[in-house]
Amino acid sequence: MANQIKNAFIAAILTAFIVTPVFGLQLVRQGARTLMAPHWSNVLIAMAVVFVGQLLRPWLALPFKRMKGTLPTLPAAPVQGHKWMMIVLIVAAIVWPFFSDRGSVDIATLVLIYVMLGLGLNIVVGFAGLLDLGFVGFYAVGAYTYALLYHWGGWSFWEALPFSGAIAALFGFVLGFPVLRLRGDYLAIVTLGFGEIIRLLLINLNWLTGGPDGISGIPKPTVFGLEMARTASVEGQKTFHEFFGLTFQNQHVIVYLYLTALLLALITLFVATRLKRMPVGRAWEALREDEIACRSLGLNPTRIKLSAFTLGAMFAGFGGAFFAARQGLVNPESFTFIESALILAIVVLGGMGSQVGVILAAILLTVLPELAREFAEYRMLMFGLVMVLMMMWRPQGLLPMKRPHVELEK
Amino acid sequence: MSDLLPQLTQQFFNGLSLGAIYALIAIGYTMVYGIIGMINFAHGEIYMIGAYVGLVTLTAIGTQSGAPVPLIVAAMLIAAMAVTGVYGFAVERVAYRPLRGSPRLVALISAIGMSIFLQNWVALGQGARDMAVPNIIFGAVNFTMGSKFDVTVPYSRIMIIVVTIVLMIVLSLFIKYSRMGRASRACSQDMHMANLLGIDTNRVISFTFVLGAVLAAVGGVLIALTIGKLNPFIGFIVGIKAFTAAVLGGIGSIPGAMLGGVLLGLVETFAAAYISSQYKDIIAFLLLVLILLFRPTGLLGKPEVEKV
Repeated sequence: MANQIKNAFIAAILTAFIVTPVFGLQLVRQGARTLMAPHWSNVLIAMAVVFVGQLLRPWLALPFKRMKGTLPTLPAAPVQGHKWMMIVLIVAAIVWPFFSDRGSVDIATLVLIYVMLGLGLNIVVGFAGLLDLGFVGFYAVGAYTYALLYHWGGWSFWEALPFSGAIAALFGFVLGFPVLRLRGDYLAIVTLGFGEIIRLLLINLNWLTGGPDGISGIPKPTVFGLEMARTASVEGQKTFHEFFGLTFQNQHVIVYLYLTALLLALITLFVATRLKRMPVGRAWEALREDEIACRSLGLNPTRIKLSAFTLGAMFAGFGGAFFAARQGLVNPESFTFIESALILAIVVLGGMGSQVGVILAAILLTVLPELAREFAEYRMLMFGLVMVLMMMWRPQGLLPMKRPHVELEK
Repeated sequence: MSDLLPQLTQQFFNGLSLGAIYALIAIGYTMVYGIIGMINFAHGEIYMIGAYVGLVTLTAIGTQSGAPVPLIVAAMLIAAMAVTGVYGFAVERVAYRPLRGSPRLVALISAIGMSIFLQNWVALGQGARDMAVPNIIFGAVNFTMGSKFDVTVPYSRIMIIVVTIVLMIVLSLFIKYSRMGRASRACSQDMHMANLLGIDTNRVISFTFVLGAVLAAVGGVLIALTIGKLNPFIGFIVGIKAFTAAVLGGIGSIPGAMLGGVLLGLVETFAAAYISSQYKDIIAFLLLVLILLFRPTGLLGKPEVEKV
């Protein structure tokens, strides 16, 4: 007991060191001068919390220990009725926006973009086990491809979409080719470097990308050539509401964007699920588990890794094109490292390799910050903390995939 | 006589002082990597916190206090070293120790989380906007080299170079001769064996984090005094560059980190001066990519053999 009190005391002293220069002595700018406002109460509170927390740690840890075993895992094989559940969910997702308000549909569209990106990164990180910290670079490539094709060539969203995916995939291929023989953590840093290089190029290539201001006025997707706008941009063409004799409502545009995102997300989900069961998908997972064993079985690691990297980049490109269409403008601000970290957090939180988990995590990480708007300041703080805590308590994610495996009976 | 030589000399001093900062931070990366084989992603944030502690100390003393400048700088350095030492210790204890022995990626993700946490921790406490650091080191050394262009080296940059050289010498001696230094060298060679021979490896690891953090803090304080402003997000890019420096020199090797830091500083400064200042970050990143591709062991590193 005396030892415990001593430990708690030391922890409290260390806390004072940690908290004082950040929260205890807050700097206040006053014109050209910097003044200091001491808040010793913050330091004392933090010390007290740590002291008590450290004393009670053995008891506080108990529920987490219990939780560790009880969280659910997803079964590997589809359960009976799985298909019907899927159909019901999809129908619900299609019908829902017609009865919902504008704000929620808008957020749901954002969620779907992250579902798409999460599923794309899941191929790279979850299936193939390659930590890619520059995923946002391919997202940016996709977004700028559409923006530039529109800006210079007047292409519409649907025409540009395949190109966005293709160009992003090309970037993934070209960048991935030399780096994929690097070991895990080196690969992570190099991809981070690529992501930053792409962003810095977007800022600095003023003549092409518009520099820090980016490109604006990007049109939304059309419905089979019919524009979703109040008035047609080209004289003589009919817009969606004129063609069907409806009155123009902003709600229509938002629901349509949502449905487009849903379509893209479902395609991503479908393709990723299929890929996973194909030989190449099996090879990804085998490679993730043991590279040396794979090589000795005659698999070509570079080719397999490259296919995962390229396909992941392609989905990021689709996501990017849609993002550009939804926002109406693109600028390098939207493609910082934090965005990569957010997508990675979605994959990690969901359970690497588990697609249901990724979708769930995308919903959680997008909707929770929207709900907690008044705590916006704490958002990134909590985000970082959750990443650390997840790695400690549940590195396999919220809804990890249960691997098909056979156990020897004793 | 052309202006080329004096200009080159000028850029050389600028690059050397920048490189000294990178070297100070790179040592933290390289020592941690040498011992436990993880990239301490949050190391750049420790540097940023060091800079903030320096500023807080400077504000507490006040610029008009009349105390001699070297004393003020020493106070800033000591305060920053003390606080970041605790940060280094706590970060290892909270975010990395529970993950010891888990896959590399798990530890890396935890480190990224820690990095994001620390950035926003400081942003929450001290505000996310730029803070001005009052200038306390005035003046510069001017010398002519037989042309119109004078070489100007501010005292603050000379201070960076001198302090860094002194610290490097102290560190080298410490690692070579002290008990703890020997233990840490033993751990970086073979952690398991060192443990069997009675070295408290957990203590060595904690010590490594504290030492790395302390050196990064010195870098933070010195650069804050030279550049004159800071914000909670300066650590990210500097951290990546310092990691580049560590890789350039050969990760795991302390002399390598020093060499790599200075080289990177020089490359970046000359690139900014003679190629394009907008592209200097891109050049640093490209350098990182190229080294990892063609010489992943760096200039002074030993090749790593993958064992089954």
